[in-house]
Amino acid sequence: MLGAAACGKAPEEGGGTSPAAKKFTGCMVTDVGGIDDKSFNTSAWKGMEAAKAANSNIEIRNVSSKAEADYTPNLTQFVNQKCDFILAVGGLMEDATSKIAQANPDQQFALVDGKVAESNVFPMQFDTAQAAFLAGYVAAGMTKSGKVATYGGMKIAPVTIFMDGFADGVAYYNQQKSKNVQVLGWNKATQNGSFTNDFVKQDEGKKVSDTLVAQGADIIMPVAGGAGQGTTAAAQNSGGKYSAIWVDVDGCESTPNCPALITTVVKNIPDAVKDALLKAAGGSKLTADQGTIGTLENNGVSIAPYHDFDSKVPAELKAEVDKLKQDIIAGTVKVTSAAQPQ
Amino acid sequence: MTTDTQAAPGRRPPEQNPPEERESFAGHFLRSLWAANTVTVTVLAIVLAIVIGGILIIVSDPDVLDTYTYFFARPSDALTASWDLVADAYANLFKGAILDPATVSGWLHGENGWQAVLAPISETLTYAAPLVFTGLSVALAFRGGLFNIGAQGQATVGVILAALAGFLIPLPPVIHLLVALIAGALGGAAWGFVPGILKARTGAHEVITTIMLNYVALYFLTWIIVQNGVHEPSRTDAISRPVRSSAQLPHLLGGDLRVHAGIVLAVLATWAVAWLLNRSTIGFELRAVGANPDAARTAGISVTRTYVILMAVAGALAGLGGANMVLGSTATALTPLVAAQIGFDGILVALLGRVKPWGVALAALLFGALQAGGNRMQSYSSISLELVTVLQALIVIFIAAPALVKAIFRLRAARAERLGTSMAKGW
Repeated sequence: MLGAAACGKAPEEGGGTSPAAKKFTGCMVTDVGGIDDKSFNTSAWKGMEAAKAANSNIEIRNVSSKAEADYTPNLTQFVNQKCDFILAVGGLMEDATSKIAQANPDQQFALVDGKVAESNVFPMQFDTAQAAFLAGYVAAGMTKSGKVATYGGMKIAPVTIFMDGFADGVAYYNQQKSKNVQVLGWNKATQNGSFTNDFVKQDEGKKVSDTLVAQGADIIMPVAGGAGQGTTAAAQNSGGKYSAIWVDVDGCESTPNCPALITTVVKNIPDAVKDALLKAAGGSKLTADQGTIGTLENNGVSIAPYHDFDSKVPAELKAEVDKLKQDIIAGTVKVTSAAQPQ
Repeated sequence: MTTDTQAAPGRRPPEQNPPEERESFAGHFLRSLWAANTVTVTVLAIVLAIVIGGILIIVSDPDVLDTYTYFFARPSDALTASWDLVADAYANLFKGAILDPATVSGWLHGENGWQAVLAPISETLTYAAPLVFTGLSVALAFRGGLFNIGAQGQATVGVILAALAGFLIPLPPVIHLLVALIAGALGGAAWGFVPGILKARTGAHEVITTIMLNYVALYFLTWIIVQNGVHEPSRTDAISRPVRSSAQLPHLLGGDLRVHAGIVLAVLATWAVAWLLNRSTIGFELRAVGANPDAARTAGISVTRTYVILMAVAGALAGLGGANMVLGSTATALTPLVAAQIGFDGILVALLGRVKPWGVALAALLFGALQAGGNRMQSYSSISLELVTVLQALIVIFIAAPALVKAIFRLRAARAERLGTSMAKGW
């Protein structure tokens, strides 16, 4: 549509790219978080952009959903526009995606953080418990007060999977070192803990982490999207009294509080999306049973560099974490969570 | 605005004509004049909003803005680029909301079914249905002199109870739908009753209490979704079990189009509210209370009772709007944002509809069309959906700014003088 404006009367610096060859279009529908959620929608879009950068024949576009009611029309509009690859982001879009995929069996779909029965929907899921396990181990090794904490945005599996892994990582440290580091804010056995019931309001995050700090925690891992920034900002202002571990996207890129962050439990959505889009653009058909589950082994989940804490984390702890990572990949250490993708 | 100055002399003497229900010829004349002017004002407001929206579209597109950097060297570039961009955006808004000519020719040539032709209208009606209910809720409260900011909370409780009734109770088809709708209405009514009784008994301001109850409802929703028995066991995220098909509103034009019986209910509700306001005893009482509570009390009308009934009915309407969101075709299960913004949009719809039932229905239709068209505009022209929100807000600002400000500060005064002053000033 903008092509009409560009053609003919283009300014001196040369005509725009004329659509001589038909480009491969990748279209993405966000869930209600919107494109700027600094979490999985943003990550998925990053992956789309990376794919475009790697293959100039790919054209990408996105639409945001404001409410559940928008999922179906947004997916339908992209089907009508004959997108070659339609990406739905977030498990909340499962029902709408499944319905539209069934009605358009020849259309290629992909789904982040969810899985449906239709074979033309390629699922991308992430076993974040594995990476959170490493973060729990690091936290247990770094705490001075003997208490670490985590809290969530809402008691749903994509959140509690981080908290389960974190709690198990601490428990594993205790078992290996015969220590007694406590985890506040989450009890894996009863699946109960602290939640903000909000993924946006930083104030809610700070409120929860303040009570955890008051109980003695000196390392906190918020799993509450943007609300967690209330904790990281407070940690940075605490003058080293406590620090934080971020989740999803390396906190040194996504938050302004890098100095207060020990590490990040990374969920590598961008690479998964990029690979899927590049494969689809290369002509292969992605089916449901080829779906990927991100693990430590395939780098679908990982822990980020220590950045400012690099000098503060003891070398032997770093070595132990690397060893632990290999053990988890080899399967000698098993990480389990009720919330793991099947 | 020029039409207004011409009309003004005719509208001057309403003071001699207190807002009385029995109409003289002059009163009738004045009223139609005012009504005609309302249409003019509304149309002008929409045109102005579209113009400003067009400017915003241009400003937010870097490519087009670049052409303005050499505007004086070659102005045609900037002008054609701007025109093409804006025309394309609004064309898609139209195609997504009302009719896409391509689908008509496609249908005539047998390339697509009739469903594709009706799809835009179907989308518009789907988005409009819940807004009719929440708009009526706000409008009704307005007429009784109350500012119901709580339609969002009432709709949220309505959506919760309708969904619970929809998947917890096994019932035969038609009865199940009725039970679910009634559950939604009762939930909304309860959520409206609380601020009503607080206002009547303690004088607590309904604006404060309804806003606070919106939060309570929202957090109640996020809490109840993840409880055992409500949460969908096969899912890992925050979503409830789906409403059984026996409790879902039937689709009107087959399964491919989303329009459902909710829009029929919305029309019935509009008729019922119009009847209630203009023909029933309770409607007379609530308008009297809205016009002047002290006078109404002196005349023997129970103001407290009216407030309570008014808020409960307004709540029930909003609750039905909420029920539409989960029993219709937009969603079948509870999620944190299942009620969208229908309650807050309802306030805008009520103001745009001049707090008259059929006006509200038309305003809801316009908002539904903007929403449906906005989806296509976003998808085809890559223009943010937020622009639709801006357009809606601009329309209402232009229409309601003078009346709105008065209504918030001196609701009763604005009611009483509405005919005379609020339309005469500013326009």
